[in-house]
Amino acid sequence: MKDAVLIITAVVLTLAAAGAIVRIAVGPSLLDRVLASDVLLGIVGAALAIDMAVNRHLNNLFLLVALTLIGFIGSVTVARFVSDRRGQANDS
Amino acid sequence: MSRKPISLRTELPLLIWLVIVWGALWRDFSPGNLLFGALIALVVARIFYLPPVELSGRFNVLRAVPFALVFLAKVVAASFQVIYLAVVKGPKVVNAVVEVPLRSHSDLMVTATGHVLSLIPGSLVVEVDRSTSTLYIHGLDIRDEADAARLRKEVQDTEAGLIRIMGTKAELEALEAETATASRKGATP
Amino acid sequence: MTPEAGGVDAVIDAVTAVFLVLGALMSLTATIGLLRFPDLMSRMHAATKPQVLGLFLLLAAIGLQMRQWWVWPVLVVAWIFQLLTVPVSAHMVGRAGYRTKHLHPELLSVDELEAVVRRSAAEQEGSGTGPASAAGPAEDPELDDVLGLGEAGDGALRGAAGQNLDDRGDGRGDQGEGKG
Repeated sequence: MKDAVLIITAVVLTLAAAGAIVRIAVGPSLLDRVLASDVLLGIVGAALAIDMAVNRHLNNLFLLVALTLIGFIGSVTVARFVSDRRGQANDS
Repeated sequence: MSRKPISLRTELPLLIWLVIVWGALWRDFSPGNLLFGALIALVVARIFYLPPVELSGRFNVLRAVPFALVFLAKVVAASFQVIYLAVVKGPKVVNAVVEVPLRSHSDLMVTATGHVLSLIPGSLVVEVDRSTSTLYIHGLDIRDEADAARLRKEVQDTEAGLIRIMGTKAELEALEAETATASRKGATP
Repeated sequence: MTPEAGGVDAVIDAVTAVFLVLGALMSLTATIGLLRFPDLMSRMHAATKPQVLGLFLLLAAIGLQMRQWWVWPVLVVAWIFQLLTVPVSAHMVGRAGYRTKHLHPELLSVDELEAVVRRSAAEQEGSGTGPASAAGPAEDPELDDVLGLGEAGDGALRGAAGQNLDDRGDGRGDQGEGKG
């Protein structure tokens, strides 16, 4: 069962990551890409968690905690940058 | 930089949270470690000064537990709603931005309501007007005015639940009066 | 080693397997939403909500597999961190998206923010003819808002308040206070 779970989750996560990468490549705007890369980060976190649960170790637990804590800073930064630039463009 | 002195009481939730994180990260909840963590939490809270969060001073555990359970159920429902809409509706989904005035004017309550709303099905906070404490909410799959009204009611119910848990006495009384008149209105016709 | 213990272990393993597969499917859901939804805002719903549930399921699976009590506090802390941070980033991206007109108006049935934005823009144009009043207020709240971000996780949502609508009411005055 362990192998079956590993295979299923690996396939699902691979599909998910591929889709997110497609959205990063296609995404009409910068914000779409940021959103998709956020999802990609979540998928990496999910892969770490699944590895820990299946193989019963906790090597990456604190990496996961750090991911959930600071993962949002990137998208917030980009969101601010985007709104600032557009705002100035509209004003001038 | 003028600093308002913060009483230990208003700081207590922050300190407790910091000690819990300390214990969790050290994987050690022995009294000695927790005491050391509390010391560090105090020092950190003094050095890295943050504007105090104004708490109302009351917290109703009996209301909080059901609210948390309903919240968890709604988090689950939110994911399945997204699956359903993504697969069935896809590109044809229709949304709305709805203006919802809140009862409370405290920052904590507006923030908490916004956070909860962002996690339950079909709503996302787009903009906050702090001076009038109005939330502008992006609702997924809102096709007409009836759906928008439902979303508005959902938002205000969420805020009512949060006020019952940790609102100030004045907010709670206003809420009780409001529900009393509403139920009387509902009973008479 | 008793038969009961073996049975319990099997049940826990089965529950773990279900949680793992569901958690992975949540990531896939987010991706499907990203690919299928038509505009940025609905994609944002798809990107945020399944991630929270997905992480919850995966963390629960870790907790079930590792039979050590001290794992649970770490997992709870991790999930609470996510609960606090996800709405902040979603709100910031959504707000930027709305301002930069990433919203497709034809996909909206109701838009009550648009009227407010237009009214505030009109007021700004009307009052903007005075000396220096146009440039000054446009800059300051922006700066305050950046500072407001640094306060705390919650500060982002709070600092974001009233920026767009700063020329209505006393939003700007409110923003200055509370930083001490």
